[in-house]
Amino acid sequence: MAEAVSAVLLAVVLVTAVVRPWGWPEAVIAAPAAVIVVATGAIDPHQALDQAKRIGPVIGFLAAVLILAQLTEDEGLFRALGRWLARDAGPPRRLLARVFAVAATVTAVLSLDATVVLLTPVVFTAAARLGARAKPHIYGLSHLANSGSLLLPVSNLTNLIAFAATGLSFPRFAALMAVPWLAAIAAEYVVFRRFFRSDLYAPARPQPAAEPVGVPWLVITILGATLAGFVVTSLAGINPAWAAAAGAAALAVRGLARGQTSPLAIWRAADVAFLVFVLALAVVVAGVTDNGLAGVLDRVMPSGSSLWALLATAALAAAAANVINNLPAVLVLLPLAAAAGPGAVLALLIGVNIGPNLTYTGSLATLLWRRVLREHGEEPDLGEFTRLGLLTVPLALVAAVVALWAGLRVIGG
Amino acid sequence: MIVITWIVEGTWPACVDAARTVAPADAEIVLLHVTGGEAGAAAHGAYAGLMGRRRPSRDPGPRVAELGAASARELLEAAAGRLGRPCTTAERRGRAEREVVAAAEGADLLILARDGDDTRLGPRSLGPASRFVVDHAPCPVLLVWPRAVPAGPVPPPPGPGHEPPHPPPGRGPEPPHSPHRH
Repeated sequence: MAEAVSAVLLAVVLVTAVVRPWGWPEAVIAAPAAVIVVATGAIDPHQALDQAKRIGPVIGFLAAVLILAQLTEDEGLFRALGRWLARDAGPPRRLLARVFAVAATVTAVLSLDATVVLLTPVVFTAAARLGARAKPHIYGLSHLANSGSLLLPVSNLTNLIAFAATGLSFPRFAALMAVPWLAAIAAEYVVFRRFFRSDLYAPARPQPAAEPVGVPWLVITILGATLAGFVVTSLAGINPAWAAAAGAAALAVRGLARGQTSPLAIWRAADVAFLVFVLALAVVVAGVTDNGLAGVLDRVMPSGSSLWALLATAALAAAAANVINNLPAVLVLLPLAAAAGPGAVLALLIGVNIGPNLTYTGSLATLLWRRVLREHGEEPDLGEFTRLGLLTVPLALVAAVVALWAGLRVIGG
Repeated sequence: MIVITWIVEGTWPACVDAARTVAPADAEIVLLHVTGGEAGAAAHGAYAGLMGRRRPSRDPGPRVAELGAASARELLEAAAGRLGRPCTTAERRGRAEREVVAAAEGADLLILARDGDDTRLGPRSLGPASRFVVDHAPCPVLLVWPRAVPAGPVPPPPGPGHEPPHPPPGRGPEPPHSPHRH
């Protein structure tokens, strides 16, 4: 009974998160569903509390990163990046290389949301200013928001959720993921250069730059200090979320003092409805995994830390992420991967982070629903984007997992 | 005489120059640009894929679409300025290759530029959209180099026993009868 109730509730939560009936925030369905899971006894209240305790700090960390990203936007960081991207002429190949560098860095430091929401318009403007065709660069951003999110625990919500389960310190996580991150980006770059070769040779026609490039040193310094803070706090045994909070606080004080932001804007940047949704989803998923799903998955989940086991883990995670979305996928698979050790958890993250590039919407569920809605009228050429995904995803997955495997041998889990 | 000049980012100046050179004084020159909408749609799709955090005000899709429309207007203005003689400008939305072929209906000449590497002769001069346009255009087509014609020899023919080159992975030419969707 408990099994059926929690499975149905999870299905309802996931479907409504994709369909979003009446434009409601996802939490409107997910939060009551979590309450029902606990009230019907599908999950022990203590277990629910444990899950909430695990996810709570993750959510705090996430809120700090979301606020940090929005405040850097208010400070003009993204406008400066746009001017840097378009600062001089040159073939569009050079713009693509710069877009890859900027997108990988922004995704790693400020998370994939920042790349998708804040960087996309900036890159489009830079391409237009240089007279370059925008498509390769925008598709590149869309890919790097996923495959560029391997490096740090803050780069992707999936990493934040899994970070504690790895038992690794912040710098150790980054050290193990640095080479896989570079390998995935390199794989994407090689494929993009070839795939879009007819668009990347067109001579660019720069327009006169409207304004000189001013470097927002203060924002960059605060971001650098925040990154250093991640390392220091982690080594001192303090939750690195505090470093993110301190960075966000420093920028918030400055932004408020200069009238660039308001308490309301900061509150909105934290996206409380999203935070509640993540917490509720975690509780509902725990209800399902505790009632039989874990046993089923345990049989398909590879164990051990051989190269094959890591590859199989990443492939399974990529497949799961593609069916519905990588957020529920990581919640479902994490307890099983965690039992196999930090290497397996990192392979899981490689899978759920790179896998969504097979579709331009991150999952088949969202893609199908958008096809049903036909909400936009204009769609990317589905065949083209899928061919691009079929070329990049397996290559990036294998490159990153092999790099991870080698790193585990050298550095150790 | 109607001369359609397909204006594409990067390569358009050569097409405008060719139109000025080849079109007779009484010809009607149409500068045509097609906005594909893929960039805005891809941006919107990426945002839609972020489970749990969709708020319409943060969706980059509409913003990118707006920027695309503004950039198309500027491009056509620049092209008309470079042409320096009376012309009409036409902006269409949709699949570029389909729109260009449709717009060329009843025209006497369609001018477009090569894609790809323009620093040497060959090997492939047309991206998928230009390939489709050349294959399906209902009028004569003038294909121009984006910049000066590169010097250099044409590569020698393959020696005996060599298979014809396989299309490279990725954006190979479309199979001849594959249906093109709108």
